[in-house]
Amino acid sequence: MSTNAAIDLALDRVDWRDLAAQTEEQPRVYTPGEVLMPEAGFMRGHGTFVEDENIKSSVAGVIQKVNKLISVRPLKSRYVGEIGDVVVARVSEVQQKRWRVDTNSRLDSILLLSSVNLPGGELRRRSAEDEQMMRRYLDEGDLISAEVQNIFEEGSLSLYTRSLKYGKLSQGILVKVFPALVKRRKMHFHNLPCGASVILGNNGYIWISPTKGQEEEGGEGGFAQNLNEHVPRADREVIARLRNSILALAKCKLMIYDTSIQYAYEESLRYEAHELLQQNAIYDIGQQTQARLRDADE
Amino acid sequence: MAYVALSEAEKTYILHGVEDDFRCDGRSRRDYRPMDLETGLVSNASGSARLRLANTDILVGVKTEIDVPNPLTPEFGKLEFFVDCSANATPEFEGRGGSDLAQELILSLQNAYESPLAFNYRTLCLIPGQQCWKLYIDILILECGGNLHDAVSLAAKAALFNTKLPRVTATMLDAGITDLIISDNPYDCTRIGIETVPLLVTVCKIGDYVLVDPSAEEEVCSTVSMVVSVSMRNGQAFLSGTHLTGGGAMHRDTMRNCLELGLAIGEHLDRLLTKMLNLEQQRVGLKRPQIVGFLK
Repeated sequence: MSTNAAIDLALDRVDWRDLAAQTEEQPRVYTPGEVLMPEAGFMRGHGTFVEDENIKSSVAGVIQKVNKLISVRPLKSRYVGEIGDVVVARVSEVQQKRWRVDTNSRLDSILLLSSVNLPGGELRRRSAEDEQMMRRYLDEGDLISAEVQNIFEEGSLSLYTRSLKYGKLSQGILVKVFPALVKRRKMHFHNLPCGASVILGNNGYIWISPTKGQEEEGGEGGFAQNLNEHVPRADREVIARLRNSILALAKCKLMIYDTSIQYAYEESLRYEAHELLQQNAIYDIGQQTQARLRDADE
Repeated sequence: MAYVALSEAEKTYILHGVEDDFRCDGRSRRDYRPMDLETGLVSNASGSARLRLANTDILVGVKTEIDVPNPLTPEFGKLEFFVDCSANATPEFEGRGGSDLAQELILSLQNAYESPLAFNYRTLCLIPGQQCWKLYIDILILECGGNLHDAVSLAAKAALFNTKLPRVTATMLDAGITDLIISDNPYDCTRIGIETVPLLVTVCKIGDYVLVDPSAEEEVCSTVSMVVSVSMRNGQAFLSGTHLTGGGAMHRDTMRNCLELGLAIGEHLDRLLTKMLNLEQQRVGLKRPQIVGFLK
């Protein structure tokens, strides 16, 4: 058996700024304290503040104008929830009638017992027995997919599982990227043609799992865990390659959505799965994917 | 160790991957993640190195001092390790939170370097019984992404390779008091031979198999790990220390597998590190350092 180990010198480090230089138009980036607009006639949005009759930026980012609303979208931030977002979250605590959940936001999010589906889609009021069985369904460390139902006044999010499509996640891999890199789209559950399923959480948590052939109508809600099931090696190779491709896109600061993931996966087929951890391979995949996305836009 | 929360299904997936010899990122059980190495980036240290192993980032500085030898070993120099678990790595290291991990790493390194066969302390001796070099090896952990022991030992060995000791040009003896005169020329220095300096290899037991270079997720799935200290002598790998971490138990056969795998991997790593250090020395040269550091 051979051993793959590579020690690169810092002198050979890839310059990631070359990728950004290939973009045609560079948007204006505002820094904190910079004047955006005079206050008269405009409304202040997120990322701004008013001082001396001027609207100024409070974060480093790009300006966004919606009619008379001026806001600044930061390039890197924690997840700020919006109602209806699909998120992948990890349970951090089990409390009396709810779970405390980590969604990469400023505060822990809340998943109420009344917001989760019962096994098989049973519809009834939650009882004390359900409270006692909470840990049996979702324990600390478990992953769930859910939707944002509400945003409380202090900024924490209330999640719910709208249908049996959501719920507890089974075998697979979680990839964490910045939330700003995940494109905001309608569809977040993708069955990719390469043979894996991807959930693109708006909070930057991306879940990759093998595609279930027995796609029952509505799904199971995660109640039946398949821990005894062994994921075949072919599926495992696809998932590892997808994971490394998504991390390559994140490293190169490219937007992550189904088309870019598919392009990155196709570009990665010329490498072995473990070679995708090398920075030269990451740079090459980012460059080729960027070129293909640019060609597709024209 | 820095804790990563995982669900039972994720652990099962990782376990099955180890059984199939195909881990979550496509590596086999004997593969390392890519490493990034630079030496000489701290200008006020006698030797320094920075190693980045995927998500693990280690910065090592070596400082030298003239000291009195230990009376029990008058012909030997001294070596001292200090590990700083920076809270930049994880907020749990704030204050005294990282002292347990730091102490574990210090004991690992002391145990590995204890034997005079693993580190030649005689080269640090100036005057037997009176004067010797003392090396302070300060290790700064900037990021924790699993496999700290290997990264720390590789960075420490690279820093020792980079260490420059000023040459002692003259010795004055006056009424029993010894005085050393050190050369003014900054290029007039001696280097430490690192051929036998040991490396630590973490061999991690997951299920019925053992693997090297565990990531943070794989460390959570493991019940026990063995840190094997490997020292090369005359082109052959020797064991210079071991210790177990984690709360689990280990069968005798598994322990033998760990030792064999650790020695084989340690030999391979040592050759690779030596090759890359010599290559960097050739490319950078001795006079005008070209430091990349934390840029790019």
